[in-house]
Amino acid sequence: MLITCPYCGPRDVSEFAYQGDGNRKRPDPASTDPETWNAYVYDRLNPAGAHNEIWQHAGGCRAHLAVVRDTLTHEVSSVRFAREHGAPTHGRRKSGAKA
Amino acid sequence: MAEYSALSLLKNALSGNRDWKPAWRKASPKPSYDVVVIGGGGHGLSTAYYLAKEHGITNVAVLEKGYLGSGNVGRNTTAVRSNYLLPQNTRFYEHSMKMWENLSHDLNYNVMFSQRGVLNLAHTPGQLDDLARKGNAMRHLGVDAELMTPAQIGRRVPGLDMSRSARFPIYGGLMQERAGTARHDAVAWGYARGADRRGVDIIENCEVTGFLRDGDRIVGVTSNRGEIRARKVAVAVAGSTGRVMQLAGVDKMPIESQVLQAFVSESLKPFLDTVLTFGMGHFYVGQSDKGGLVYGGDLDGYNSYAQRGNLPIVEEVMSEMVALFPSLAPVRVLRSWGGVCDMSMDGSPIITTGPLPGMYLNCGWCYGGFKATPASGFCFAHTIARDAPHELSAPFTLDRFSRGAVIDDKGQGPTPRLH
Ligand SMILES: Cc1cc2nc3c(=O)[nH]c(=O)nc-3n(C[C@H](O)[C@H](O)[C@H](O)COP(=O)(O)OP(=O)(O)OC[C@H]3O[C@@H](n4cnc5c(N)ncnc54)[C@H](O)[C@@H]3O)c2cc1C
Ligand SMILES: [Zn+2]
Repeated sequence: MLITCPYCGPRDVSEFAYQGDGNRKRPDPASTDPETWNAYVYDRLNPAGAHNEIWQHAGGCRAHLAVVRDTLTHEVSSVRFAREHGAPTHGRRKSGAKA
Repeated sequence: MAEYSALSLLKNALSGNRDWKPAWRKASPKPSYDVVVIGGGGHGLSTAYYLAKEHGITNVAVLEKGYLGSGNVGRNTTAVRSNYLLPQNTRFYEHSMKMWENLSHDLNYNVMFSQRGVLNLAHTPGQLDDLARKGNAMRHLGVDAELMTPAQIGRRVPGLDMSRSARFPIYGGLMQERAGTARHDAVAWGYARGADRRGVDIIENCEVTGFLRDGDRIVGVTSNRGEIRARKVAVAVAGSTGRVMQLAGVDKMPIESQVLQAFVSESLKPFLDTVLTFGMGHFYVGQSDKGGLVYGGDLDGYNSYAQRGNLPIVEEVMSEMVALFPSLAPVRVLRSWGGVCDMSMDGSPIITTGPLPGMYLNCGWCYGGFKATPASGFCFAHTIARDAPHELSAPFTLDRFSRGAVIDDKGQGPTPRLH
């Protein structure tokens, strides 16, 4: 599996650290609704197909990347800097989220 | 149906093995059942078997999208053990161990359960202390565990690099002698045959494509072989849990699907009569009765529904094997494969009523569900028959996450790839 870092170019997956599901959105720290926090901590979309995820180019430029990757084929269709684009925006994200 | 005995072996040998009967019927789906079990893996089949055997519920179908054994029940590395730290896990897996000890008799099917032991190695004094703590926790609940010295380990496992100059010197280990391995296909076939004999329909090449509803209630499934109604629908699809629950409109679960790879080497003369785990990475190895080394390591570590992994893990697993056994460096890999594991957020399984009315769910087995096959089916059948958890699986209901009652044996938190 290769991931094309926007800064470093195509690199082997072993250079990257998986940071998990990029669909999760941290609730407002001031909120105290247990259900919202429970969903944030434990619930995952886990789709079979295109998946929004965060990887860090830990063995390279160390940038955090917003990646769209297919969980059935491992094909990477989009890689962008997470700092510029927030979480990736494939599919199920609620409208109104940052692009 | 075929009964297996020394006499029947002899009779069939004399008649050229032409008269063996198929172990289970090729059933076609009926319009409705008392219970439909989705998934013909180890857990779905054992659930059907115990529904019939323990609860007298025989109007049951097991729906399998491929052939029996095409999922993780036929992909695992067959280690069976009950060496956990937390009492909920220890009690559940020890119950399973006791069922394994009698399984071939119960099924009249040789599952080749071999109690050759599982030995966890420690490579630092701190790690050895940790294993001693775990061993004490196990013995406290009546489970066997022995702390072994390096000298004992060197005698038990010749070929291990026991030198002080090893990259990760061996300080000792924790042995569970009653642990071991079983033949995974035989477990699927034996349960299938046992369930079939009690009247259960086992329907292969039957993929569930949706759920039938009456208001909120699940009242059956749609499949590539038509609609099948059921009073109760039980889901036991392991790595496919996310996909199947999405068909029921449950979009989010405390599960991530991740791929785990396994490897078999060319055959070697017998030299390893236990299952060994490395403590400084993630590597374990046993030797099959045919002589091949059966081994594996860590998950690939990202979401995947592909039954194949990537090369970095291959390299890591091989290097860990050679660190332990330098003499194995020239041994060739014969085959490798991957299986999709239903990784839960605390590393423990889910056996529960719901989450929708009329539905029952069994999942979250991570990469350790083979050893659970008997107890999982036993407890899940109880849950389905009585609409209440069995005492042994009561800690494993789905609501434990929102209740703050997670069962995290390794203390890793909700990061599935670390469990
Ligand atoms: C490489 C590897 C090594 C492992 N090693 C060990 C080990 O050493 N010890 C141990 O205890 N555990 C081990 N495990 C874990 C163990 O194999 C699993 O936890 C266990 O097999 C899962 O339960 P199962 O047997 O019911 O799953 P499966 O056999 O995967 O059964 C699920 C079935 O559901 C079917 N299905 C899916 N979707 C549908 C649908 N829509 N309609 C109909 N059917 C459907 C699938 O085809 C599949 O046959 C390992 C797993 C892997 C991948
Ligand atoms: Zn980079």
